[in-house]
Amino acid sequence: MHDASAIFPSEIFHGAEILQLLIGLGISHVIWIPDSTTGQWEAELADNDSFQLLRVCREGEAWPLAAGLLLGGQTPIVIMQSTGLFESGDALRNVLLDLRLPVFAIVGARNWLTEASTDSAKAFLVPVLQAWNIDFCIVETRDAQQEIVTCYERTRREQRPGIVLLAEGRG
Amino acid sequence: MQVNDDSDSRMPVEAALQVLADLRSEREVVVTNQGSARLWPRLSQHAGDFNYNPSTMGGAIPLALGIALACPTRHVIVLSGDGSLLMNLGCLVSVLDSRATNLSILLLDNGLYEVTGGQATAARRTGTDFVGIARSVGFPTVEQFCDVRNWQAQAAEIFGRPGPRFVSLRVAPLATDCLTDASQPIAEQLQRLTAFLSSGSDPVFRS
Repeated sequence: MHDASAIFPSEIFHGAEILQLLIGLGISHVIWIPDSTTGQWEAELADNDSFQLLRVCREGEAWPLAAGLLLGGQTPIVIMQSTGLFESGDALRNVLLDLRLPVFAIVGARNWLTEASTDSAKAFLVPVLQAWNIDFCIVETRDAQQEIVTCYERTRREQRPGIVLLAEGRG
Repeated sequence: MQVNDDSDSRMPVEAALQVLADLRSEREVVVTNQGSARLWPRLSQHAGDFNYNPSTMGGAIPLALGIALACPTRHVIVLSGDGSLLMNLGCLVSVLDSRATNLSILLLDNGLYEVTGGQATAARRTGTDFVGIARSVGFPTVEQFCDVRNWQAQAAEIFGRPGPRFVSLRVAPLATDCLTDASQPIAEQLQRLTAFLSSGSDPVFRS
């Protein structure tokens, strides 16, 4: 059993905290398609002078959009749910494995903290990332923001893609 | 359902792209994919060309949008087939919402999945109006051409209109054998393009 502060960290990462995190990372563009938890960050993501929020209509747009921004020297981040990661598999494959661009993403891991969940979106997430040989870390607690910073800085330094899985409850 | 044989009202795709090759300026970026990624290198060898192959079908417009947002002083032109656009139709809405104005989408509408042997798209079978879709999304400049002489006569003026722009070129299937041409290695293309994008900072052109 998790205590209240450890459950649903993406819900208790307030928008203001995420905003400060992204500003601290030097993010230029946030490519975003919301889920029920990361959607709570909308006001802060939309209303700031440090980066531009780009709303895409499906996740398959997000990866080539990030690729174009990277080619132009920008520092984008992609935010989507695990279900969107599956949906956008071909675009992800192309940008990460064919173009070999160091795209970075925060992916909401649906039902990660629902211990009894049989959600296939939970079961297949890590095996899929491992199959694609994508560097990832899992953030399960509120005080783990530094893990996101560390993962981002490592992928930037090594010029390779990286994904932070943000543990969520029910989708 | 009867598919209309309207090949007489479609221009040769080689001629349509030659108009762009003749018109494009030194600082402009041209992104191609699918069939156009094979034809364009026969017409243009430029550091600002990105022949996106291997690609993800439907990814060329989002990739070009990213370049346009990253490089607001450059005009980015993206060639997309109608089959590719159908894979990612919502990206037209994303383009408008991004507020990028330095992007022109040239739709090469041949009604076919050309690289897989020429099967008709569902849009051709249903008579889908891509121009009407682009208008309803809110593109400030929307045009369609079936005749290469009209396209040639108006292309430069259209690129001077407010962006983002959507131009549908109704084209016939490729007449050349270029679909079997070897692609330039993607790593070399990426290196060339990033060097090109990071060079110079001329005034805004065709924003």
